[in-house]
Amino acid sequence: MKGTSKTKNRRAAGKTRRAVSAGKQRKPPRRHLKTRLRARTVADDVTLLVGTRKGVWFLHGDARRASWSVEGPQFLGHIINHVVLDPRDRRTIVMAAKTGHLGPTIYTSTDCGKSWVESKRPPAFSKQADGQSARAVSHTFWLTPGHETEPAVWWAGTSPPGLFRSSDHGATWESIDGWNENPMYPKWVPADSGTPDGALLNQIVIDPRDAAHLYIATSTAGVFESIDKGRSWKPLNRGVEANFLPDPYPEYGQDAHCLGLCPQRPDRLYQQNHCGIYRIDRPDDAWERIGKNMPAEVGDIGFGIIAHPRDPDTAWVFPMDGTMVWPRTSPDGRPAAYRTSDAGRSWQRQDRGLPRQQGWFTVKRQAFCCDTQQPLGLYFGTTGGELWMSSNEGGTWKQIAAHLPEIYSVSAVTMA
Amino acid sequence: MRVLLATPLRSYTSGQAAVEADGASVAQLLVALDAAFPGIRFRIVDEQDRIRQHMRIFVNHEAIRDLNTLLNPMDDVQILQALSGGCGAEARNT
Repeated sequence: MKGTSKTKNRRAAGKTRRAVSAGKQRKPPRRHLKTRLRARTVADDVTLLVGTRKGVWFLHGDARRASWSVEGPQFLGHIINHVVLDPRDRRTIVMAAKTGHLGPTIYTSTDCGKSWVESKRPPAFSKQADGQSARAVSHTFWLTPGHETEPAVWWAGTSPPGLFRSSDHGATWESIDGWNENPMYPKWVPADSGTPDGALLNQIVIDPRDAAHLYIATSTAGVFESIDKGRSWKPLNRGVEANFLPDPYPEYGQDAHCLGLCPQRPDRLYQQNHCGIYRIDRPDDAWERIGKNMPAEVGDIGFGIIAHPRDPDTAWVFPMDGTMVWPRTSPDGRPAAYRTSDAGRSWQRQDRGLPRQQGWFTVKRQAFCCDTQQPLGLYFGTTGGELWMSSNEGGTWKQIAAHLPEIYSVSAVTMA
Repeated sequence: MRVLLATPLRSYTSGQAAVEADGASVAQLLVALDAAFPGIRFRIVDEQDRIRQHMRIFVNHEAIRDLNTLLNPMDDVQILQALSGGCGAEARNT
């Protein structure tokens, strides 16, 4: 989709609307950060940005989050891995896209998704002399808006695992060579590594107190930390299992599915890993497996994890079956979220409203999210095209959309 | 020369199925296309100058993979999508 004409892009999008550490203690968050993160009143309308294997949909909630209208599709047929609103202006949306045939690209909207402009230089590795065996970006998997002190900055993670940065809202992207060209890269991303879709740099987390302090999650080497804006990286995987390797507790080699940094206590992170649920409190450098406290019959495998934006002791996971051949479906066909409100010491099942049997959901990591309302709203999309939400922090669930394509990402936002 | 484009590329050409572009080689032709239709080249070839897995380029009905393939002004070039595409594994999680 060419990006030189906003009007044309809007038409082409086919828009329709219908009802239905570094080892040192860091300072606490600054006051303005607290202000930004305070609970929004329910009068703020929530919009869900839904990226799917076949395009983008927006769902608009009313002030009570009781009824939802569906808008879309845009970019019908495009593979949308991630679509993310910029919380710094609440107007800019950046989207990672490709098609079944065409190479990957990035689209940016500066008007809340009404029109889109294609990146002039999407994420791409450096050209190598031996081009036939060199890396090429298959797709951008993850997008993260930059630190609030860097208004136009965005970060992108790709497959194969690559880290890229834009300083112009996604128009152009530069390689972060501290990762992409790191001498350790062949160790961190072995040539024969990969998952069903190839290896991923699947998440980028920025310390809200420090734009230079980053965490990344990868599918081949686990979690890494940088304190110099990506110029250098150290593994952060102590205590995390990798039961698919000869050494089950290596320095790196883990598969970190998802991280959840607690905004009100940024030294606390939760992690949903291929091998369990973990928590770390920096400056400690070891993760604790809090998933051991999950019911044994459910286990502690999953893709996503949500850290409560206002309560560092509260987090949610959405377990999946990681036994035997890894069905990646809800354990026993009984989908449920699990909530901890004591930092992982105990977990409570939350399944009211969800199918009691024969519910074989798969919920991908970007498709499990929360809003910032009071009480907090939770949302997830399934690979079967269903969208579910809870307006009471998981107490009850209801389906708000069905029959969408396979859902890859959901984010709950309040647009300007 | 006349270049026929697959439907996924036509959003770059305002829907035109065929466009005129010049180049002494396939590589040059793609550069010329990108100048006229910004962004189109990266959707066809990757950053290592390899034709993407699910794209095909034919010169006078012969499939080519080498971008250094020479062209004549009267050659017929087709940039098509492979039958294999569209069901790729992209974005499956692990």
